[in-house]
Amino acid sequence: MILLEVKDLRTYFETEDGLVKAVDGISFQLQRGETLGIVGESGSGKSVANLSILRLVPDPPGKIAGGEVIFKGQDILLLPPDAVRKIRGRRIAMIFQDPMTSLNPFMKISKQLMEMTQLHLGHTRAQAYEHAVKMLETVGMPDARTRADSYPHEFSGGMRQRVMIAMALSCEPELLIADEPTTALDVTIQAQILELIKKLKQETGTSVILITHDLGVVAGMTDHVIVMYAGKIFEQAKTKELFARPGNPYTKGLLRSVPDPTAEQGKLYQIPGLPPDVAHLKPGCPFAERCERAEEICRREFPPFVELTPDHHSLCHFANEVYAESIESSRG
Amino acid sequence: MEPEIQTEFIRGTSLWRDAWRRLLKNKLAVFGLIVVALITLASLTGPTIIKRTFGFTPDYIPIGQPKLVRSYPPFKGPDGEFSWKHAMGTDNAGRDQLARVLQGGQISLFVGIIATLVSLIIGVSYGAISGYAGGRIDNLMMRIVDVLYSLPYVILVIVLLSMFRSQTPRGQLILLFVALGSVSWLTMARIVRGQVLSLKNQEFVLAARATGVSAPRIIFRHLVPNTLGPVIVYATLTIPQVMLTEAFLSFLGLGVQAPFASWGSLTADGIQNIAIFPWQLIFPGVTMALTLFSLNFLGDGLRDALDPQMRTI
Amino acid sequence: MPSQSNQAAAETLIAIRDLRVHFNLGGNRVVKAVDGVTLDIAKGETLGLVGESGCGKSTLGRAVLRLTEPTSGQVLYRNHDLAHLSRRQLREQRRHLQIIFQDPYASLNPRMTVGQIVGEPLETFRLARGREAEQRVQELLETVGLSKRFIKRYPHEFSGGQRQRIGIARALAVDPDFIVADEPISALDVSIQAQIMNLLEKLRREKNLTYLFISHDLRAIRHVSDRVAVMYLGKLVEIADAKTIYLEPLMPYTKALISAVPVPDPEIEATRQRIMLEGDVPSPINPPKGCPFHTRCPYAIDVCKEVVPQLVEIKPAHFAACVRISPAMPHIEEVPPGSAPGLE
Repeated sequence: MILLEVKDLRTYFETEDGLVKAVDGISFQLQRGETLGIVGESGSGKSVANLSILRLVPDPPGKIAGGEVIFKGQDILLLPPDAVRKIRGRRIAMIFQDPMTSLNPFMKISKQLMEMTQLHLGHTRAQAYEHAVKMLETVGMPDARTRADSYPHEFSGGMRQRVMIAMALSCEPELLIADEPTTALDVTIQAQILELIKKLKQETGTSVILITHDLGVVAGMTDHVIVMYAGKIFEQAKTKELFARPGNPYTKGLLRSVPDPTAEQGKLYQIPGLPPDVAHLKPGCPFAERCERAEEICRREFPPFVELTPDHHSLCHFANEVYAESIESSRG
Repeated sequence: MEPEIQTEFIRGTSLWRDAWRRLLKNKLAVFGLIVVALITLASLTGPTIIKRTFGFTPDYIPIGQPKLVRSYPPFKGPDGEFSWKHAMGTDNAGRDQLARVLQGGQISLFVGIIATLVSLIIGVSYGAISGYAGGRIDNLMMRIVDVLYSLPYVILVIVLLSMFRSQTPRGQLILLFVALGSVSWLTMARIVRGQVLSLKNQEFVLAARATGVSAPRIIFRHLVPNTLGPVIVYATLTIPQVMLTEAFLSFLGLGVQAPFASWGSLTADGIQNIAIFPWQLIFPGVTMALTLFSLNFLGDGLRDALDPQMRTI
Repeated sequence: MPSQSNQAAAETLIAIRDLRVHFNLGGNRVVKAVDGVTLDIAKGETLGLVGESGCGKSTLGRAVLRLTEPTSGQVLYRNHDLAHLSRRQLREQRRHLQIIFQDPYASLNPRMTVGQIVGEPLETFRLARGREAEQRVQELLETVGLSKRFIKRYPHEFSGGQRQRIGIARALAVDPDFIVADEPISALDVSIQAQIMNLLEKLRREKNLTYLFISHDLRAIRHVSDRVAVMYLGKLVEIADAKTIYLEPLMPYTKALISAVPVPDPEIEATRQRIMLEGDVPSPINPPKGCPFHTRCPYAIDVCKEVVPQLVEIKPAHFAACVRISPAMPHIEEVPPGSAPGLE
């Protein structure tokens, strides 16, 4: 069943440079128990999209300019602030990239965990404490009972991220949004944390939205993927399908620019040019300047969102051609 | 060569220009800026204009007046009729107040600015060198600052001025600069040292070291320009402080000597007749107050405008 | 890119001998950031230095250039021991050894124009003046792929990738022999990383440079390096050429490191077996006795807690520091439990 449905979400920012359309009309669905990956580089709007779901976008200068975010039948964007607060943490939880700034340095982590359940589940102090310790054990913290009373700075980055996950999952939310949860961590710790998220997902059936720029992480963790660029969705497909048969030049470019450790060294494919200035977008396709196969029409007209298969869409004038090429090369 | 996206502009906007734009958006700061500019302009050109229009200088004492000359209120002549001559009235000796206030402005602003400049030059150099040197040298230099800081500032200045009373009014003025400037550099040094300490481990400083740039050049080319934000703010806020101290000293009779007048000395003179001729006190007092809080608004505005967190990345 | 299989024939540009960088935190606590590193960097090669946070790779890079003072050891470059030169002599040598930093935002002075930043080394070493200097700066900007019209702009007006190019232009200004690239791409977007890696490679060929490429990103390291050295808690634990390190790592740590890197291929990710390490990366403050890795090593035995392993040539041009393997028994999975062939 569909847990979350986002329809034509738009979030704009008023800046000195003009109106920045950080998220400009994105739509997607999340099934229960699924992991959705959102891939994008800086300026793509991926983080803003997620903050918008929970209405955490700073207002001013940002504002949600349109669209619907339907969670279990209710549009979050239309709910009164009280109702939104009840959802945050309890039904939809979020973890961020930098656990150092997400945890209160002056509070013991046990207290921070307890806050969650006392607030949302009505636990007493004793109940909350037990629950907190249990959560810490679940996320693999050694000596959880003794270490629960420590402060954030006494833990390493990986441990802090585990604490964040513990906090996020302590109220057994139905959806976990993880915004670049492992980008700041060492690769061996990243592997641990991702395994942990996978395991917890299996045990609790939580759905996950995972935001990252690392295609490897997407490949290993997600069922569906959305590729964002300049505030729009450029491609949307099942993960396996996207990697095997990409239908968009940007996606193709991204996949090719990740060094393949098994290949011989040589010049690495690079997407030319720079990520777009979202405050001053030119007409036509935002990727046209950097696209290898851009033609006149790409610079003039905004591309259509083409349905390649019922479950695979691409924003490109030449989506079908690109898709056909991918099918060819995956066969050969 | 990979194609680079060409941009239209060639000249860059420095951070100063960004800051200036931000400053202009701050209404209070702009108000302060305008007021200060106007008063400064008036102080510089006013006495000359008055001389041309009305024919007298600030210290002109009209002769041929009866012994018991009265101080005229604003816009009134000797016979009580309306006159443009003395927009702020006259003082006990018949000197035009407006001209005196403007000339007083010259002196007060001059003292404020020069003394601040002195403290700036000493403070920035001292703090930058101390911060960059680090270790024991830094420790020693800062302990000296601590000791000096703990000395009672105003009393010291009073003692200095009393001891070294100069023979000429001009000499007294110079003494004032030295005394005031040499005390206010302490906080400036601390501020700059703090900035330098945090900046010196930034990578662009490391890069400069890696390219063999010498230490003095690193300090004055790389570090100091990046500390100018807080320095400018602090300097703008020091000027009113210095002016107030000068006013206080003049009040005590240790400041500027006749025939020079500052707002402080004018106020001191004016106090004596406050019951009968209130305008002798009001005008210099109000002008000084206006200048002081305009400078404060400006300083606050500068602090916001130069705040590095608002820098566009 | 030819791999340097016969290292003896290639000329050594930089020879690091038993370099140590220890920081005293007071009260008996010492951070042994670099703890006895011996390494040769051959002329014209790109040596990749990889490791996780706290392993000391950045400190090593900076110590080689003496931006951080080494506690002991030598750094030999063309008959000079950089670690023991006087300040003046060191400044002369600085011309040949440059560095590129990780953070494109912090490594450029925000109050200087691009022209001034790139031109400063020319001024410092009196290589060019006035018109000539300006011309040289323009050439440098074009070499790194930036328009020379950017000369009067300020760093904050550029994107991360462009700033990194400016940093590279600055490093090239003095025509160095050797460049330490300290995590040059970590702070950049994926599509820009590829651009910068290609640029560095192009420059290396054109100008005959030698790189020490420091990164925690294994994929990048594998791509740009000729040889790779793996660091852990201040010590080198494995050195081999890039392909071998990836396909046939010998050290348990290297194996775990490589298996932890996510591969952008869902099929592979779904089926691969990962070597999971327990616990956290330990702190370099008072590191464990014996092998630095023994606290997390799935193959550790008692002797590992006592003996500090040395780098031994287990296979031709492939060095590893582990007492449980030896040239006769290079694969740790096949070593009988409890035995340490490396000790004999």
